[in-house]
Amino acid sequence: MARSTTTNSKVIVTIGAWLVGFLIFFPILWIFLMSFHTEGDAIKSPFAMLASPWTTEAYQAVQTQNSYGKFFMNSVVISVGSTVLALIIGIPAAWSMAFVPGKKTKDLLMWMLSTKMMPAVGVLIPMYLGFKVTGLLDTRTGLVAIGTLINLPIVIWMLYTYFKEIPGEILEAARMDGASLTSEIIHVLTPMALPGIASTLLLNVILSWNEAFWSLQLTTSDAAPLTQFIASFSAPEGLFYAKLSAASTMAIAPILIMGWFSQKQLVRGLTFGAVK
Amino acid sequence: MGKIVLKSVRKSFGDVHVIPSVDLTIENGEFVVFVGPSGCGKSTLLRLIAGLEDTSSGTIEIDGKDATALPPAKRGLAMVFQSYALYPHMTVRKNIMFPLKMAGMDIEAATKKADAAAKVLNLTSYMERKPGQLSGGQRQRVAIGRAIVREPAAFLFDEPLSNLDAALRGNMRLEITELHHTLKTTMIYVTHDQVEAMTMADKIVVLQAGNIEQVGSPLDLYNHPANVFVAGFIGSPRMNLLTGADAQAMGATTIGVRPEHMDISTSAGKWKGVVSVAELLGSDTFLHVNVEGHGSMTVRAGGDVNLRHGDTVYLSPQDGKVHRFGADGKAIA
Repeated sequence: MARSTTTNSKVIVTIGAWLVGFLIFFPILWIFLMSFHTEGDAIKSPFAMLASPWTTEAYQAVQTQNSYGKFFMNSVVISVGSTVLALIIGIPAAWSMAFVPGKKTKDLLMWMLSTKMMPAVGVLIPMYLGFKVTGLLDTRTGLVAIGTLINLPIVIWMLYTYFKEIPGEILEAARMDGASLTSEIIHVLTPMALPGIASTLLLNVILSWNEAFWSLQLTTSDAAPLTQFIASFSAPEGLFYAKLSAASTMAIAPILIMGWFSQKQLVRGLTFGAVK
Repeated sequence: MGKIVLKSVRKSFGDVHVIPSVDLTIENGEFVVFVGPSGCGKSTLLRLIAGLEDTSSGTIEIDGKDATALPPAKRGLAMVFQSYALYPHMTVRKNIMFPLKMAGMDIEAATKKADAAAKVLNLTSYMERKPGQLSGGQRQRVAIGRAIVREPAAFLFDEPLSNLDAALRGNMRLEITELHHTLKTTMIYVTHDQVEAMTMADKIVVLQAGNIEQVGSPLDLYNHPANVFVAGFIGSPRMNLLTGADAQAMGATTIGVRPEHMDISTSAGKWKGVVSVAELLGSDTFLHVNVEGHGSMTVRAGGDVNLRHGDTVYLSPQDGKVHRFGADGKAIA
């Protein structure tokens, strides 16, 4: 009796989970479907659209109108660059907070997290003017810099949690073995925290890749990443659903593929510490 | 060389004075054991010597040089931790070679040294394994190997055997003692287990609440405990301590008789009592006797003694084996 109840509830939970999963995935699926139809068909009712013939017309139009390669490279440089830079700053910062905490460490961590709660638009004007004065508007350097700043609180928080899991005695052993602070971080801490560092890297690359607010405000053409590429197909008049969908599909495909292959690492990193 | 001298060493964490003030000299080549109950400051003292904690005041000299402000790596000491503290991502060979790599030794020479250490510690066939694939005893040997290759001025051991099971603990105890005979290097060993202290040490330092209660050879401490605390702490089973009229009659506030220095009889003796528990160890029998007016007393009798729960017995201390302590807890000569 108990067994059949368990099996029944398992079936219900599984169906529920698939339903939720499908709901979350549905917009992506719909974008994908729309991108393979003509502009005319894309605005038809869902069933009518699915019944109409498939075409790669929208992809061809997108390619001729704008060069995907340039936007793609900008996205790669900005997301990887800002994440790596944030890690270089974040690893020593998280080390000091995890292993030599001061009285204000917790407050400092909370303060860093609180900056994530502030609406970005609140600092748009000063940031824009700052970028203008320093000549960073529409440059990859500028976007890498702002991406680093956006990522830093999350990077430090994640690394801090992972580092807290590493027994202090091992670092003390390294110190006794003659390791300098740099050697301790490079040879002992980093390899031990590698699953955590990897998932921090992956998550932040994804967040940076998807970041739209600043990249739309601070770039126009030279440093514009894929978020600009998508936005450039949205128009106040005329038909643009299919082209917009094609651009979106092309923009999210790389990160989706990367996420698919690294999902094991991502999940392991995100649950690191929760399960010993 | 490995002479270590502590002069008025103090350590406080905020308002908590963990080590009020310690003066201690550890001679070159000595095996010194710091022993005491949990929280007595023995590990803190070891960490101060290692340089993993900063002293609040006082000086630590290693080989005649002031090392108080030196970082751990510069003190020339090696430490073996309770949790072994091996690097989980490195093989046994890389773990053992790590200190040599940090010292900038070339790989060939370092490999040679690591292999030699592995041979001494019977680790040769495990060199390519990771710590996770080793048993507790093997891990401990790797930790010792990592310490040996540095050829330190002194070895520091922080309760290295407390994570091992009883049988392995006995073996490792022997191995470490043998290692000391071979290397003749100063060793400082922290434990809360007085059996380890008695069996391994040249010199025992008994600590309580950050203060040194007594320093001496194991038999010194056993035969002439300086105070009630040491009397009760050293020796297993622990010494019977009695107060009241019996103590006053001997001109003391407290008297102590070790379980092995108590004669037992079924007909006559100084104290009458009833056996509550008889622990049969084969070679010995530990009798826990409820004595009127004194509570439970322990007697170590022969393995063949035929006394059980509920038997009435008489206990008498052997001549010259009674320890006397004054009102301040100190031994009366």
